[in-house]
Amino acid sequence: MNEERYHKLRDIIQIYLPEDVSVTDISEKSHFTDELNINSAHLVDIVLDVEDTFDIMLENEDMEQMQTVKDALDIIETKLSKK
Amino acid sequence: MNRRVVITGLGVCAPNGVGLDAFADSLRHGNSGIRFQGRLKDLNFGCQIAGEPLIKDNLVSQYFTPLQLRGLNASGIVYGVIAGTDAWKDAGLEPQGNDKPDWESGIIFGTGILGVDKFRESIHLVDDKNVRRLGSTTVLQTMSSGISAYLGGILGCGNQVTTNSSACTTGTEGVLMAYDRIASGKAERMLTGSCSDSGPYVWGGFDAMRILPRQYNDNPSEGSRPLSATAAGFVPGSGAGALVLESLESAKARGARIYAEVLGGAVNSGGQRSGGSMTAPNSEAVQRCILQAVEQAGIQKNEVDVINGHLTATVKDPIEIKNWSLALEREGPDFPYVNAFKSLFGHCLAAAGSIECVGALLQFQNNCVFGNSNCDDLHPEISRRVDSTKIPVKTITYSPKIIAKASFGFGDVNACVIFKAFND
Repeated sequence: MNEERYHKLRDIIQIYLPEDVSVTDISEKSHFTDELNINSAHLVDIVLDVEDTFDIMLENEDMEQMQTVKDALDIIETKLSKK
Repeated sequence: MNRRVVITGLGVCAPNGVGLDAFADSLRHGNSGIRFQGRLKDLNFGCQIAGEPLIKDNLVSQYFTPLQLRGLNASGIVYGVIAGTDAWKDAGLEPQGNDKPDWESGIIFGTGILGVDKFRESIHLVDDKNVRRLGSTTVLQTMSSGISAYLGGILGCGNQVTTNSSACTTGTEGVLMAYDRIASGKAERMLTGSCSDSGPYVWGGFDAMRILPRQYNDNPSEGSRPLSATAAGFVPGSGAGALVLESLESAKARGARIYAEVLGGAVNSGGQRSGGSMTAPNSEAVQRCILQAVEQAGIQKNEVDVINGHLTATVKDPIEIKNWSLALEREGPDFPYVNAFKSLFGHCLAAAGSIECVGALLQFQNNCVFGNSNCDDLHPEISRRVDSTKIPVKTITYSPKIIAKASFGFGDVNACVIFKAFND
């Protein structure tokens, strides 16, 4: 795992966490809505932040596949390798 | 079922004061919140002055989470949340815990148009074929009921949560809607109020109608001149006011401080007939509204001792005074005290009614009638009908017993509410 990318992603996710979930609860395996309890409406905002941070563009299918932190990292990896 | 309803909390975000203390102080001393707006000058507005609340960033962060603040570009929501949350706290109430909503508390918080700057931002993205970049809060910030939705979530209210809209009558109408809901036993507490965004996209249409003053750009604090012979149009404003209405039983059971009792009131429309139009009130309807308010409140016409008018500083002010005079059958030295708060913060549009209700109610607690600014030269039609001592130009010491507050709006709509000094 690319540590730098993971830390950048964690910083993005952090702001969308509900009050009772801490940043230390985030791991690579975390499921955004089921485990981190992120409001599903905010997944679109996470996608936009990921796009801005990594200077990539995600398709609707990418968004649908992005269920966990690991999914997001994989998508970022794929997009960056195609740049 | 017709239960007694009292006011137990107030909050305000006004151009001349954010928070009750600052606002009351400004009303007492005649401090104006109307300032020159460089942005309006840059955009070639005729009227380049306006009333806009001054909100510090660190204040906003006390009311919104960092997540709520991301991409927040709706000034009306900021004003409404500050005023609404403050009113709740002022009433001695806490936001509901996370386990369940407070079924007995509701919200009726109005607006005319919400999130205008957010909507503009969105329009640009959409036109650039970038709709996918709008983010998740565009809808929430631009729907009219966004303000009641934000407040509903912050406070955890489980009774009716809605937004009313009736132009410049909105805030005063909301007080009566909240009153009805509590009086009829459908809720114990209602947060009511209204908000209006700031900025050129809200105010531009009024500038285009040539109903805003153009000759006070170098002298903003003198620009809003209700009741005056030299009234030159209304100065646009923005902000929010909020009131907590509560059943007397609930207020007593909590040992809450009571500002005043809401005796009732009336809303109606002139139907855009008999002199009424989209933009002008039908005088017969205004008089009926005032009269019905008095009757519904169960008081006599001569019991009203203070009027807080709509009085926008247009050519309609003398007509409004005449309508009060005819409806209450009072004139000369027998006319009630009257004040027009718009002289100090302009016309806050949908927020006007609620901000002015808050100001009117503060007179009970402060034992005063707040003074009027910029009307040393009373309009002759007004001075012929009302003794000038009844239009104080400085705040006077007085203990109001009954205050009548009216607001009128585009679409020929009227609202009048009657407040009474609380007496168990």
